[in-house]
Amino acid sequence: MIVDMQPEFIVGEYKETTQHFFNGCSRKVFYTEIETPYPDGKLIVSTTSPEGIINHVNKAFVEMSGYTEEELLGAPHNILRHPDMPAVAFKDLWDTILRGEKWQGIVKNLRKDGGYYWVKATVIPNVRAGKVVGYTSVRRKPSRTKVEACIQLYPTLF
Amino acid sequence: MSYLFTVSPDFAPDRLSGWYIFNTWLQKNTFEAIHLELFNNYNKLHDAIGAGKVDLIYANPFDTASLVRNYGFLPLVKPEGLSDEALIAIRADSDTTDVTELIPGTRIALTNDPDVKMIGMMMLEPSDLDAGSIETIPSENYVLVAKHLLRSEAEAGIFLAEAYDNLSALIKNQLKVLVRSQISVIHHALMIGPNFQHKREEILALLTTMHECEKGMGVLNSLGFKGWQKIEDEEMEFMIDLMDTLNTDIL
Repeated sequence: MIVDMQPEFIVGEYKETTQHFFNGCSRKVFYTEIETPYPDGKLIVSTTSPEGIINHVNKAFVEMSGYTEEELLGAPHNILRHPDMPAVAFKDLWDTILRGEKWQGIVKNLRKDGGYYWVKATVIPNVRAGKVVGYTSVRRKPSRTKVEACIQLYPTLF
Repeated sequence: MSYLFTVSPDFAPDRLSGWYIFNTWLQKNTFEAIHLELFNNYNKLHDAIGAGKVDLIYANPFDTASLVRNYGFLPLVKPEGLSDEALIAIRADSDTTDVTELIPGTRIALTNDPDVKMIGMMMLEPSDLDAGSIETIPSENYVLVAKHLLRSEAEAGIFLAEAYDNLSALIKNQLKVLVRSQISVIHHALMIGPNFQHKREEILALLTTMHECEKGMGVLNSLGFKGWQKIEDEEMEFMIDLMDTLNTDIL
């Protein structure tokens, strides 16, 4: 279940908004302009159920998200959804992986402390015995040029 | 009839005798005739796999997907505590301090190790560099990658991290590391083919306990391993998925 963010965990001056998801759920989020740089040489890895519920995270995921592993396991993956990310990007993600294809894009993720980090994300369906049993998402350090292009593009997609 | 055992051609040359010692140990303990054949390059290895000749293989992570999904191989073990990591190094006297300072046209020395190349290319992405915007300097081994750097024939080199760490101090003192991967979950794996799988549980039990006796420990030492660790089927599937995600558009 996705829960509202808590102001006491936010570091720095923040804005507030309510996000509405495709499944009818909504969430109050607090976000700042503080960027955490993506660490060199690391990969952030997670897997989810077919419904997008997190069932595995690696250490880099925990470190960059600011949540504990216990808080992440069982939570929906949109716990990382940043309000600056246009919903159309995630619609494209789901449309693509539901066709059984690989999706790739530059994503701004929201941290527990209200800050953010940019990633180059790749999501693939995990097929076992012909059936999709979940999805693996791998994030790596994006090129700054591509991030700057997304900073210009994403506000136009709302 | 003898079974055929092989090792991915990216093995460290100083471990060559270790693999022969390991094969002898394996034959003695399984009471099976196992012939160790080492292929000089990936093309010859892949031909042998395609012809169904290989029964046991210490495989590069890049080959594991095809071995499992196309040829019915199953995982046995991985070396305990060892994962495949790569790094990008340059000459120590270079003014470059960050990988993002590398520009299109940079000459990069590398070997044909597919997973090391993949991880290295991934670490070049933040610089907007890809296979189409760099000049690659193919090298037979990591010592030659270092030599290309020292002779200024290349501005950067992609190394298997373990191979770089094992270079002589004389060479390493003239180089500096720009970025080192910390992926942890990509590793080589000992895998067993369809014709030998009736022995899977027996071999698995032998391998996962071989560090418990002096003789087994000596064999492991000759390979540079502390022990073998069982790979669960799902763990192997997860690594294959991970390799799939990384292999999207890098090479």
